[in-house]
Amino acid sequence: MAEVTFTRPEFRVRIDKELCQQCGRCAHQCGWGVHKMDEETGYPVPDSSKCGACHRCVTFCPAQAILVEKNPLAYKHSDSFSPDLRKAVWRQAETGGVLLAGMGNDKPYLRIFDHLLLDACQVTNPSIDPLREPMELRTFLGRKPDKIEVEYVPDGNGSKPKLKTEMDRLLQIETPIVFGGMSYGSVSLNVHRSLAMAAKELGTLMNTGEGGLHADLQPYQDNIVVQCASGRFGVHADYLNAGCAVEIKIGQGAKPGIGGHLPGEKINEEVSVTRMIPQGTDALSPAPHHDIYSIEDLRQLIYALKEATGYKPVSVKIAAVHNVAAIASGVVRAGADIVYLDGFRGGTGAAPTVIRDHVGIPIELAISVVDQRLRDEGIRNRASVIAAGGIRSSADVAKAIALGADACAIGSALLVALGCHLCQKCHTGSCSWGICTQKPELTRRLDPEWGAERIVNLVTAWSHELAEILGALGVNAVESLRGSHERLRSLGLDQQTQEILGVKPAGIGH
Amino acid sequence: MSPDSATIRRVPTGPARRGPIGAEPARKVAGQPGTDKGAVTHEGSEARIDARGIYYKTLNEQIREEMLNGAQTVILENVNGQRYIGGGLSGEDVRVVINGVPGNDLATFMTGPTLIVNENAQDGVANTMNRGLVVINGDAGDVLGYGMRGGRLYVRGDVGYRVGIHMKAYEDQRPAMVIGGKARDFFGEYMAGGELVLLGLGSDGKDIVGSYLGTGMHGGVIYVRGEVAEHQLGKEVSIAPLSAAEQSRVAELVGDFAGWMGLDAGEILERPFIKIFPYTHRPYGKLYAY
Repeated sequence: MAEVTFTRPEFRVRIDKELCQQCGRCAHQCGWGVHKMDEETGYPVPDSSKCGACHRCVTFCPAQAILVEKNPLAYKHSDSFSPDLRKAVWRQAETGGVLLAGMGNDKPYLRIFDHLLLDACQVTNPSIDPLREPMELRTFLGRKPDKIEVEYVPDGNGSKPKLKTEMDRLLQIETPIVFGGMSYGSVSLNVHRSLAMAAKELGTLMNTGEGGLHADLQPYQDNIVVQCASGRFGVHADYLNAGCAVEIKIGQGAKPGIGGHLPGEKINEEVSVTRMIPQGTDALSPAPHHDIYSIEDLRQLIYALKEATGYKPVSVKIAAVHNVAAIASGVVRAGADIVYLDGFRGGTGAAPTVIRDHVGIPIELAISVVDQRLRDEGIRNRASVIAAGGIRSSADVAKAIALGADACAIGSALLVALGCHLCQKCHTGSCSWGICTQKPELTRRLDPEWGAERIVNLVTAWSHELAEILGALGVNAVESLRGSHERLRSLGLDQQTQEILGVKPAGIGH
Repeated sequence: MSPDSATIRRVPTGPARRGPIGAEPARKVAGQPGTDKGAVTHEGSEARIDARGIYYKTLNEQIREEMLNGAQTVILENVNGQRYIGGGLSGEDVRVVINGVPGNDLATFMTGPTLIVNENAQDGVANTMNRGLVVINGDAGDVLGYGMRGGRLYVRGDVGYRVGIHMKAYEDQRPAMVIGGKARDFFGEYMAGGELVLLGLGSDGKDIVGSYLGTGMHGGVIYVRGEVAEHQLGKEVSIAPLSAAEQSRVAELVGDFAGWMGLDAGEILERPFIKIFPYTHRPYGKLYAY
């Protein structure tokens, strides 16, 4: 029975020979080698087992001769033991390995965002037209003082007020949407270039992830948050000072409690220079930071980073897990300026499928309990809350802010803007769209200027939509929506979930 | 009946804690004199700061200030637990001499300078250090050289747990650590590059090192002067004798260490060393199904 696999292809790739011009573009475009040109007939012969339905060949076929369809192969029905579970068993029986996946949790758990509805003004307290009236989306991230003291200094005839309180440094963003951490190594340098250029133009922040900062991105440092994760790749004093803030990555929504294993195949020369490790070695990030076993240790690293950077803001990224409210409280007490919450739908370049699909909690619940806990303890002003992990649209951003977030971070949506089709094969390193790969013949497919333009378009469009939502709510600043649970209603959520979210059921007025 | 917002917002987030709040502004710590600076005296290119009772943030600002003003050597007197000394400090040919016991995270992210501690040091020395030299003339605590990527760390006495975790090397950036005494568990865990030398001086027949030596190690090398039992090893490493080139490398590191410590290198090198090295630089290459 050697070499026999029970896992049949998920998709079926078909070439319409009446339309095919035998140009060979499909064979050239596919990173996974689905299409092979037959020398005798001149037509491509697809190997469907390698296809992830990423549509690269379909997009670039000049004759529209390629059809990718679901493999209709029937499986004996079982609600409990689904075909996907059977396939997983077969693959593991064949390999003995841990199954890997890319992108976010794709399982049909309850999507709370889709059960929340926003309010709008009618008749009284009129709505605002954001096209003709000012609408403030600008947001300041960081630690705000407990109180403001003002003194009056003599000024000619009278006196003028002057701020007496020493303010911590804040990060100014023009829209409450920042970019989540995606490391160079997992994504290509051209993706990083696109993100950096777009962040600068949008007046928001990109996040390096834990793979260091390529020298080409130095000019964008005012819009870059540099990450310090457990592997400490590419972390040195110049790197820490190369950004406007530093983020300590404790956890990631797609793989809470798990470290990272960037396979040696992805460590090419450029990645090796940036991560400062030899080519071809696995880049292993331990599951914990081994210098952080307590809140006190976290405080020590936060202040070590502040000392090394002249007191730049420090963000701490944690995965949304069961006890997230208490953990976030500890993070704020440890001195973090920003708490970055990553929900269980957050994306990844590679994670064990079992972790991606079964660990963590939804971001909606995490935002609400963290915001409430910090308020209850009187420390909400000491840190901003960034919500990430499953933000798919401007509606999700508005709902997250209404639940208590200061801003949202997006990652998967940015990659989708760059051509990602969510085929979830990031971990293979052969992304046909040139996003999640280091192969030069693939990475050059993504033109950074084109990428930046698409991201700017996306975030600009979402910002317009946010302004429309705020206008409909009758408020003229995103500040006025923050933590405003009263402007949300639930549809089809159970009572306890509603209580955790602090949201009334739809149909109930004020 | 419509529930009012007081009943609907019973959010079970656990007991609320009120009262004193931990994350107070950095300068205001009970019993600390806040922004008072330490008294400084100058002699040639040497600056001497009295660190007694000076808050760490102020002390570190003062060290940077003296270096900016051209001091080649900064001597700190009466240090008592101030953290982050040398943190993020850069510069070649500059030296900080520490009299007293410095606090955690000494030389974190440091690039270039030489730090000499004349007594013991605490946890987190040389955390993610980039370049430079740290000499400790006593014992030191846990998690030394975490993620260290360059420079050298010499400790005369014993060290604690989790020392040299995830040290890494790249091209001419080759971190090296020489420990004069004994080390506890997880020495060189996750090590990705660089060199650890453990001398076990004055171990009096006790174990030189704890358990889980080199667990998860996938690069670099550990040299131990003496014997290590099989059960002390992590499962990713094995033991071998030293080649001639490795022998002379150890002699070079021990020679430099002994020079700083005022010890006899020849005497130290009389006892044989063993080499602990990883089987593979890809320990988890076969863990996954692609």
